Amino acid sequence: MTADMDKSSNPGTNTAAATIAAASPHIIATGHEGTVGDQVRASIQRIRGGEMGMLPALAGLVVLGVILAVLSPFFLTKGNIANLMTQTAALMMLSIALTFVIILTEIDLSAGITGGVGMAVFIKLVNDKGWNWVAAFAVALLVGALIGTFIGYFVAKIGIPSFVVTLGLFLGFQGLMLVLLGDAGAYAVQTPAVAAIMNKSMPGWAGWLMVIVIVAVSLLTGLYDRGRRLASAMPVRPLSLLVARVGALAVGGILVVILLNKNRSLGVLRIEGVPIVVPIALTILWLGQLMLDRTRFGLHIYAVGGNPEAARRAGISVVRVRMVAFVLCSLLAVVSGLFTISQTGVVQSSTGRDIVLQGVGAAVVGGVSLFGGRGRLVQAAVGALLISMITNGLGLLGYSAGFTFLVTGGVLIIAASIDALSRRRVGSTSAART
Amino acid sequence: MAVLIELRDVRKGFGPVEVLKGVGLKIHAGKVSALVGDNGAGKSTLIKGLSGAQPYDSGDVLFEDHPVTLSSPQDASGLGIEVVYQDLALCENLDIVMNMFLGREETYHRMLNGAEMEKHAAATLQGLSVRTMKSVRQKVSSLSGGQRQTVAIARAVLQKAKVVILDEPTAALGVAQTAQVLALVRRLADQGVGVLIISHNLADVFQVSDYINVLYLGSMVAQLDAKATHYDDVIGYITGTKVAQGTVPEEVLA
Repeated sequence: MTADMDKSSNPGTNTAAATIAAASPHIIATGHEGTVGDQVRASIQRIRGGEMGMLPALAGLVVLGVILAVLSPFFLTKGNIANLMTQTAALMMLSIALTFVIILTEIDLSAGITGGVGMAVFIKLVNDKGWNWVAAFAVALLVGALIGTFIGYFVAKIGIPSFVVTLGLFLGFQGLMLVLLGDAGAYAVQTPAVAAIMNKSMPGWAGWLMVIVIVAVSLLTGLYDRGRRLASAMPVRPLSLLVARVGALAVGGILVVILLNKNRSLGVLRIEGVPIVVPIALTILWLGQLMLDRTRFGLHIYAVGGNPEAARRAGISVVRVRMVAFVLCSLLAVVSGLFTISQTGVVQSSTGRDIVLQGVGAAVVGGVSLFGGRGRLVQAAVGALLISMITNGLGLLGYSAGFTFLVTGGVLIIAASIDALSRRRVGSTSAART
Repeated sequence: MAVLIELRDVRKGFGPVEVLKGVGLKIHAGKVSALVGDNGAGKSTLIKGLSGAQPYDSGDVLFEDHPVTLSSPQDASGLGIEVVYQDLALCENLDIVMNMFLGREETYHRMLNGAEMEKHAAATLQGLSVRTMKSVRQKVSSLSGGQRQTVAIARAVLQKAKVVILDEPTAALGVAQTAQVLALVRRLADQGVGVLIISHNLADVFQVSDYINVLYLGSMVAQLDAKATHYDDVIGYITGTKVAQGTVPEEVLA
């Protein structure tokens, strides 16, 4: 009680916590302590606790890759691997777009057709009005932003479930596509630069430059984070872990570039190099994840996805977070639309219509939780790759489109089950961890 | 003993129903004050007024001897009054550090400053002698009820609260966890924070509090020194079978 009196003679100061802490070193760990072995054990424990992230998807990727490679002699050829990358690009971009809203437990069923509307505006400006394609694409992005704001307004401000709003737009925009594209019904993509995104490859040196940039960025961010922690006198993970991670990235990148820089044409014309779409998609992926992981806004997206009421009480504008997420989704949906028309060479009324459910499926398969608050963009990308591999591989094996749909649907349900079960597991271990 | 908050004759009605009928209350720095009363006595209304969520109709609020108005939650948090509600309002998908800093993150070149936030979160938890957590980067979903309560309280401390109001902090906890949280409440007061704890559990109230304030049908019927009061007296005041003549401590009268 006397100690009590001493301290309360100095009311209102709240620095006691700081003084005590300054005197004693870190008793409570931060997850960065220990040897490589400790770190590995800790991550195994997290996985067993239900935080599986994209492990199921990666495992699926490997298993499916092995099965398809055994069954089809064409699957692991360099031509098909390049094919797989370009086939995945549009779906990958759309599943990344959808991840922003799925984290918020929302959905955007109109995302695919939003890309279609953006491309309809784009192609009319380019083909009919003779606009420069860059300026026209900027307008298409603006259209995307408007659509996203519209959805966000009705979901976040008016309070209509996003499923209903975007289902309405999904139907409405199919009509809008018919109106925009008119009697002709289809516009050919005539701009070489747009067609090149999916159909042309970079020269060999550019592929190497890409790998160097990726490795350098990953190494430098790792070292920067480490430096910041050391500057704050916080424990850091062993340097060897960072080296191993960057090393694995470098080896993977080098293998892919070696493969893609070889001639993969079966005809006279040489086709070699990394497809142009790859660095574009990787840059968007990197920027998006940077925003989610390292900015206040990104954290607020996860917070609103986890517990909107807690976020609101913490002073976060839940309405603003939701609206911006829908805008980001629609913007990236337009980028996905550009990839699609670059690949198909045409804008028609069905552009972007059928891809959206695959996009949602890809995100979920990759480990983005439908229950909100959990998921990374790279997981959506891996999920998209898995879905594309199913389509690509089953096609190579000569199965019909109907069978492919059945398998894709089955994989989606398995993925959603893993999501639901791992969520239950996270809940059930809470008591055991006291 | 410094009085951080003093309420004088606060009233609050909803239509014809008068819920608070001229209530007085003092919260002292470095002391734990308990607020008890049966359902419908007006405890929640009293707290909502203090948190700014539902302002009083009339009456004076003095903060460190100066009259203040609490007309919004921002007013309250601006003065350093933090309320830890029963549902805690934590994001289970985020880790302890991010929950403690949510809405007031530290940044460096516009990017989250994870290292500094970790450091301050760990220091705050250590200052409260919290030892039950493995890592400050643990997700809240993996924490027990008592640990979650601890995170919510630590969040208030981190935000430099001078007054922390705890709404039924032990209601959902087991025996061991209740003891942990009560010890934490005591340490919080020992650091000079004024604590107001609302509880139905009189055993908890007697264990942790210095003063006991009893509300009965919208009136403060007793303000007691916990050390000099018997359990049965408090029950009597709560149920209305005993009328105000308790051992009111001098500083409460003053």
